[in-house]
Amino acid sequence: MATFGYSLTPSSRIDLCKFNQEKWNRLVELESDVLKCMACGSCTASCTAGKFTRTSLRSAILYIQNGQEKQALELVQSCLLCGKCFMVCPRAINTRNLLLSINKIYSVK
Amino acid sequence: MIYEGKQKIWSDYQKDIPDDHYFYVRSCIRQSFFPASEQVFLDITRNRLKKDFFETEHHTTCGGIAYHSDAIPQETAMTIIARQFALMNKYGYENYVCSCITSFGLYTETLETWREFPELEAKIKEKLWESCKLEFAKPKYLAHASDIIYKFRNQIAQQAKFKLINKKTGEPLRVVEHIGCHYAKMFPSKGFGGAEYPYVLAGMIEAWGGEVIDYPERRHCCGFGFRQYLVQSNRGYSLSNTHKKFESMEPFKPDMIITNCPGCPYFLDRWQYVISEMEGKTYGQDGHGIPVFTYEEVAGLVLGYDPWDLGLQVHQVSVEPLLDKMGIPYDPAKKYQGVNGKDLGRPELPSCPGL
Ligand code: SF4
Ligand code: SF4
Repeated sequence: MATFGYSLTPSSRIDLCKFNQEKWNRLVELESDVLKCMACGSCTASCTAGKFTRTSLRSAILYIQNGQEKQALELVQSCLLCGKCFMVCPRAINTRNLLLSINKIYSVK
Repeated sequence: MIYEGKQKIWSDYQKDIPDDHYFYVRSCIRQSFFPASEQVFLDITRNRLKKDFFETEHHTTCGGIAYHSDAIPQETAMTIIARQFALMNKYGYENYVCSCITSFGLYTETLETWREFPELEAKIKEKLWESCKLEFAKPKYLAHASDIIYKFRNQIAQQAKFKLINKKTGEPLRVVEHIGCHYAKMFPSKGFGGAEYPYVLAGMIEAWGGEVIDYPERRHCCGFGFRQYLVQSNRGYSLSNTHKKFESMEPFKPDMIITNCPGCPYFLDRWQYVISEMEGKTYGQDGHGIPVFTYEEVAGLVLGYDPWDLGLQVHQVSVEPLLDKMGIPYDPAKKYQGVNGKDLGRPELPSCPGL
């Protein structure tokens, strides 16, 4: 294969066909609050763990909706369950419950 | 859904383009990348649509590439632009049409900056006087050349000799439309359909019989990115952007790509070669690449221009599969002949024969 003095980074393209409707339905059943998220990012901005690790509920929800489950899990597994995001969420989403449910549903292959 | 509300929002993203009398400025890079596109644009608008398009050899680059590469400051770019406006005034025109999306973005940025900071406009007036002894008035209307083709798309459709339809199957061709980022992502109200639903190319495709493909990375940048490309070691960023788009559009089996920017067709076309050499991968049917066109080239094909007069032989990805699908006749022996039968030479073939 030819080389040109630069490289190709593996694609991070979104493939909406990978979105798992069944798992999403289970998540909505357990935490219907997830539908209320408006991706404001207050949870991520105030996250205790986010200062030291890549923790972001906002991005995790978006990743799930884009069918990128692995990336979503990476963003919630470092959560300390401190509940700070619960206090700041303008949509009053029970973020701790949501984080646990995401972990539970999406950890299963 | 409140229908009237939607109509109101949509009307905010429409433009009232003047009917005639335009001052046309060319792009500095399109003439070497896609040499016939601008000539075909002028031929279509002047001779087929009977519009008055004036151009002068005295205009220069808008300075956009240098500006976006941080090689010149904004005030220098603005003074260059002020000089172009002075030329437009000199020849008695008020409607300014540019061929390049980068220019369109930069002209819009300049006019908006002057609107917000009139003292800067006054300063540029002084600079232009100091440097060129010229004065200028701002254009009454600024349009991108693709806006003009969009405006007259139905007239072009009426004169069409070929449609964006697969002649063998009778099905519409599946078309990816890619709009330059600087068209409406910076100033959404300046483009048809804004940044979210740009309609300028989709409108042409629909009017000429094709089917627009909606794919997840449709609004992703082509990857040009100026600095990302100009520095060789950074080109991986540019390439990876384009690669991401191709990976995303591949499952939708596009027949062709249409663009309205100088950089996008260049990178979407040439990077297909680089990806095929680096990864051995092509994205079109039967091992071919996906042919990439400027909107002027597509308008030319639809109107029945000879493909080689449209400069399609300088594309990296071969266009013949698409010409066959549309039923457009072409003479393979004339592919590399210039004006008066002059031999243009043969390009070196890529290792991937399909391209
Ligand atoms: S509960 Fe988890 S996600 Fe929320 S602020 Fe605490 S550590 Fe961050
Ligand atoms: S704070 Fe609440 S609404 Fe905002 S992104 Fe986080 S979960 Fe969503």
